[in-house]
Amino acid sequence: MNDKVDVLIVGSGASGAAVAWSLADTKMRIVCLEQGDWMKQSDYPTNGTDYDSRLFRDFATSPNIRKRPSDYPINDDASPIKVVNFNAVGGSTVMYTAHYPRLHPSDFRVRSLDGVADDWPIDYQTLDPFFAENDRMMGTSGLAGDPAYPPHQPTMPPLPLGRSGTKIAQTMNKLGWHWWPSDTALATTEYEGRAPCINLGHCTPACAQGAKASTDITYWPAAIRAGVELRTNCRVREISVGPDGMANGVIYYDANDVEQFLGAEVVILACNGVGTPRLLLNSVSGKFPSGLANSSGLVGKNLMFHPWSHIYGYVDEPMDGHRGPPLCIWSQEFYETGKDRDFVRGFNFQFNRGMPVATEAVNTEAAGLVPWGDGHHDAFRALMGHRLTVGVCTEDLPEEHNRVTLDPVLKDRHGIPAPKIDYTIGDNTNRMLDFAVARAREIMDAAGARHVGVIRPLPLSGWHLLGTARMGHDPERSVVNGWGRSHDVKNLFIVDGSVFVTSGGVNPTSTIQAVALYIADKIKQRLATLFD
Amino acid sequence: MTDQTLTPAEIADFHCLAGIVVPASTRYKVPGADDDAIFADILNSLERDTDPVRVALALLRTHAGGSFAALSPARRAEVAAKLRADGGTPVAVLTRNVLLCYYRDPRVMVSLGLEARPPFPKGHVVDQGDWSLLDPVRARPPFWRPAPR
Repeated sequence: MNDKVDVLIVGSGASGAAVAWSLADTKMRIVCLEQGDWMKQSDYPTNGTDYDSRLFRDFATSPNIRKRPSDYPINDDASPIKVVNFNAVGGSTVMYTAHYPRLHPSDFRVRSLDGVADDWPIDYQTLDPFFAENDRMMGTSGLAGDPAYPPHQPTMPPLPLGRSGTKIAQTMNKLGWHWWPSDTALATTEYEGRAPCINLGHCTPACAQGAKASTDITYWPAAIRAGVELRTNCRVREISVGPDGMANGVIYYDANDVEQFLGAEVVILACNGVGTPRLLLNSVSGKFPSGLANSSGLVGKNLMFHPWSHIYGYVDEPMDGHRGPPLCIWSQEFYETGKDRDFVRGFNFQFNRGMPVATEAVNTEAAGLVPWGDGHHDAFRALMGHRLTVGVCTEDLPEEHNRVTLDPVLKDRHGIPAPKIDYTIGDNTNRMLDFAVARAREIMDAAGARHVGVIRPLPLSGWHLLGTARMGHDPERSVVNGWGRSHDVKNLFIVDGSVFVTSGGVNPTSTIQAVALYIADKIKQRLATLFD
Repeated sequence: MTDQTLTPAEIADFHCLAGIVVPASTRYKVPGADDDAIFADILNSLERDTDPVRVALALLRTHAGGSFAALSPARRAEVAAKLRADGGTPVAVLTRNVLLCYYRDPRVMVSLGLEARPPFPKGHVVDQGDWSLLDPVRARPPFWRPAPR
């Protein structure tokens, strides 16, 4: 069982699944180790009437609250933004809202265009065919023709506008600002065996219908049919290195918590922007005393989150409320750098329909809009189903002091040191948030919304874990090269969001997967000279 | 190890408080959160929130100067208002548990005009909406920023 394999992938989420599927056509022996298990759609929250409650329990977005056996703790006390993730086959694609924009062309040339951060070693045009391939594999809904993007064709029609989308669209037209139906990874028609969305209205904590594209139901069935072996409940402790300085395998704990060694010719990390630096920093040896692949000292540094804010209000007309996916439409009106602003780069607005009834009750009570006692019912019934929410997703620039290190005390259930997050929101981003919140208030005013509130930043919004093993040409300024290979260890690759040089101002899953497919393609092209 | 069971005194206080957080309404024909079935659901659902709820109930007892349940209705309302004002996270957790259970009770859902059922498998209907609103946006020239290769 533990004979040396050709390719060993750690992590089965967005990027691990994509790279496994792509490499499968080489017919190499490929094994993926995943610390979680397969999920069952019949166990997902919307199967029961207690679905709101489970968002605070076994389907909480924070691993520190959720505490499943597959989770590891994260010390995020020193960050205003808390890490959220999911650990299972499919990784955090099980627990995401499936908003699926691509990074824009300008996002790959931030230094050249705006004089900040660094350019990527790759660009939008290079990734374009891999975006398209990934769209086919995941199944995306949307509408071609968005003037905010280069042309691309989602594979299915967009989600309905509904009452909420119509209201926002009217408002944005009044302001003369861009809007467009969001690209999503939600099936709006039958697609490759997936049933279409039936508007369960609670997309983030897993989709009981299977309409949401999580990689356990998209890439993995295809990869396994092609011969890839996926081992679940296997947590990797460290990457081991031979006398030649090459990775020779990993040490992991199997489903029975027994320590194992699995040798490999090539090791690929796909553990996200927190899990990957954690594993590298835990892989200390005489040759790599400060962690594997860390000669630059940048492993774990430049963590980027996309600081997020919510601006909400209540309108007179009934909105979609708990009906329908949260996803609806986006606006890229302020995405690109504006010369008249006191910040560079930009953000996108994401408009949400509403939320489940009980969650709405919790939020309105917490905001002081709904009292205890007399008046509770009148107040809640006046608000329920009338909410509009504008989400602000800002570009986060890389700063080395924002970082993942190892906590000196906290450990997971296997005794492996846990990650520690030190993070502050940068000055440029704070100015961007000032501007974005002011524009969102204008939207609420134009919509005639009352009881307008702002949550800034949204604490549990660390979905996007980026930048902690950045790619680049210069080994002193990056961890991996332009096709994902470690500068220091030539049979070690990283394919997750860690390699992002900058964050862009949109949800990153589509781009993470396109980069993973690109790296897989480069590996296949260079098999004969892979370690040169 | 955490004791997952509240004491009878804690339960009595919690029961009274739940009825203040969400009282019954004859106008809307709904029970309060102190209804037997709803309150049983609350107690059975506490799980990992038992400790913070216990902290909130201890604060309630402090504010009440003893048993909250033994106070007059007027005094209970005063004490509950003080608890809500200064109770912090433990009271937020307690309130969340009350509301999450209350707003899934079939009688409450029907009164709100909703079906008392889980979302899956029936789902919901969302109208397409007015797609003609997109026409002015379609007419806009591309404005994504070209980048050097």
